[in-house]
Amino acid sequence: MAVDEHLLNLAGLDALESVLGKAPSRWSRVWAMTWPKLGALGLFLAGWQLIVWAGWKPEYVLPGPAKVLPRLWELLFVGEFWRAVGITMRRALAGYAVAVVIGSLLGISIARTRIVRSAIGAMITGLQTMPSIAWFPLAIALFQISERAIMFVVVLGAAPSIANGLVSGVDHVPPLLLRAGRMVGARGVGLYRHVILPAALPGFVGGLKQGWAFAWRSLMAGELIVIVGNKPSIGSRLDFARQFSDSELLIAWMLVILTIGIIIDAAFTKADLTLRRRWGLIDNATR
Amino acid sequence: MTTVAAPVGIDDPITGAAIALRSVSKAFGHGADAVVALDGIDLAVGRGEFVCVVGASGCGKSTALNLMAGLDRPTLGEVEVDGRPALMFQEAALFPWLDVLDNVALPMRLKGVGKGERRGRASELLDKVHLGGQGHRRPHELSGGMRQRVALARSLAQDADILLMDEPFGALDAMTRDLLHDELESVWSGSGLTVVFVTHNVREAARLADRIVLLTSRPGRVAATFEVEIPRPRRIDSPEVSGLAAKVTDRLREEVRRHGSR
Repeated sequence: MAVDEHLLNLAGLDALESVLGKAPSRWSRVWAMTWPKLGALGLFLAGWQLIVWAGWKPEYVLPGPAKVLPRLWELLFVGEFWRAVGITMRRALAGYAVAVVIGSLLGISIARTRIVRSAIGAMITGLQTMPSIAWFPLAIALFQISERAIMFVVVLGAAPSIANGLVSGVDHVPPLLLRAGRMVGARGVGLYRHVILPAALPGFVGGLKQGWAFAWRSLMAGELIVIVGNKPSIGSRLDFARQFSDSELLIAWMLVILTIGIIIDAAFTKADLTLRRRWGLIDNATR
Repeated sequence: MTTVAAPVGIDDPITGAAIALRSVSKAFGHGADAVVALDGIDLAVGRGEFVCVVGASGCGKSTALNLMAGLDRPTLGEVEVDGRPALMFQEAALFPWLDVLDNVALPMRLKGVGKGERRGRASELLDKVHLGGQGHRRPHELSGGMRQRVALARSLAQDADILLMDEPFGALDAMTRDLLHDELESVWSGSGLTVVFVTHNVREAARLADRIVLLTSRPGRVAATFEVEIPRPRRIDSPEVSGLAAKVTDRLREEVRRHGSR
C-alpha cells in the first residue's frame, strides 16, 4: 500500500498533530549559526585592540591582535608547533579514553548497586569538586616527572564527572519506560542494554562533555607543571614563552588552547543537539 | 442484554478461563495506613473474550491489571493466567531512541529473533495497525493516536495471547478514539486474543466489550457484570450501545452514592 493511502487511514483530528515539517536548507542553517560567532569574535578583537591602544600596559607585555595574529599564523608553518599540538592532543585523548572507561564502570556500579552508591557515591561528587591542580604534588611524588603523572591527574579530573553523568542519567530514566521495557520482556542485562542505558544517554552525554572540560583543564595545568624532557607540548610551549617574556607567542598559544577547546565543545554540543532532535526533546517553535 | 449480579463461573465449560482471579485482595502499605485497593475479587475471563472493567477512579482497576500482567503480587488470593500477557498503558511508552519499526521489533529482538525476520514481522504488524510505511519515523513525530497504534503493534509483537489495556485511549480525542475502537476490534476479532480493557468511559466499554465488569471503589469489589449481546460491528452512537451505557452508568452512580454515604 502506498504511503499516501496510509496517511488517509490515519484520519481523526489527531493526525493533524503528526510532525511532517521540513528542515531549512543546510547553508542557511550553517550561516545562522556562524554569523553571531563571527560578530562576537570581531567585537572581542576590537575590544582587545582598544585596550592596547589605550596604553594600559606597555605593548611588550600586552601586545594587540595585529601583533599576535601574524605570530599565530607563522606558528602554523612550524613543524614544532604541530608536534606540540600532537603530543598534547594524544595525551588528552588517551587520558580521556581511560577516564571514560573508568568513569562508565564506576557509574554503572554506583547506579546498579545500592551498597556501592552509599559507599562511594558522595565521595565521587566530592572528588569532582577537588581542583585537579591539587593532585599534582601527590602525582609527582608517585610517578615523578613523567607522562604517567599527567595521565593520573587527567583521569582523576575527568572520571568523576563521567561517572556522575551516567548515574544521574540512570536515575532519571522515566519509570514508565522501565515498566514498558519489563513488559516487552527485557530483564537483567537485557533491560540495561536495551532500555536503561539508551534512556540514560542524555545524562551520560552531559557527563562526557563535563568530563572533557575537566580533562582538558587538568592537562593544561599538568603540562605547565610537569614538563617532560624532549616532549614539546602546548603547556611546555606556553611556559617557554613566559620564561622568554615573549607575550606575543604566549597569547598566540593561549588562542590555540581556546580554539581547541571551542572546537571540541562544538562537537559535544552537536552530538547533544542531534540526540535531542532524534528523541523529540526540542520544541518545534524554538528549533 | 442480560444483567448478571454475580461474576460468571470460573470453570466456564465452553471457553475455559484465560485469566482467573480467586478471592484476590491487594493492600498497599501496612497497619493502619494500609489502603485496600482490591477486596476479595472473583473474576474469570474466558479465552478469546473481550472484557471491559469499568469503575470510578480509585477502584483498583490498574492494580488488577498489574496483577494479571505479573508486575505485582496479590496480598491474598490467587491469580491464574494461562497465556502470555502484554500490557498497554494510557501513554504509549515508546522508546524515543528507536524508530517506529525497531520499537515494534524490540520484543522479538529480546527473544533472539534474527534481524531480517523481526523486521519483516514488525512491518507486517505495522500494516495491521494501518501504519505501513511509517516504520522509519521517530515516536515524537507521531500523533497520540499513531503512537498508541505503535504500542498496540508492539504488544502484538510479544506473541501475546492476552492483551491487558489500561485506559489506552483515555488521552485521545473522540474521533481518533472511535477509529481506534474499530481497529482494535478488527485486530481482536477472529484472532483468539483475550482482551481485558480498563476504562472509566462507559460508552467505550459498551462499544467494545463482550462483558462489562463494574468495580466499586475503595475497596475494589465486583459490583455487577453485564453481558453485552449487541451484534458487531457496533457504533458507539447506536441506540443499543447508548442504552446499555445508560444502564451501566445508573448502576455506577448507585455505587458512587452508596460509597459516599458509607
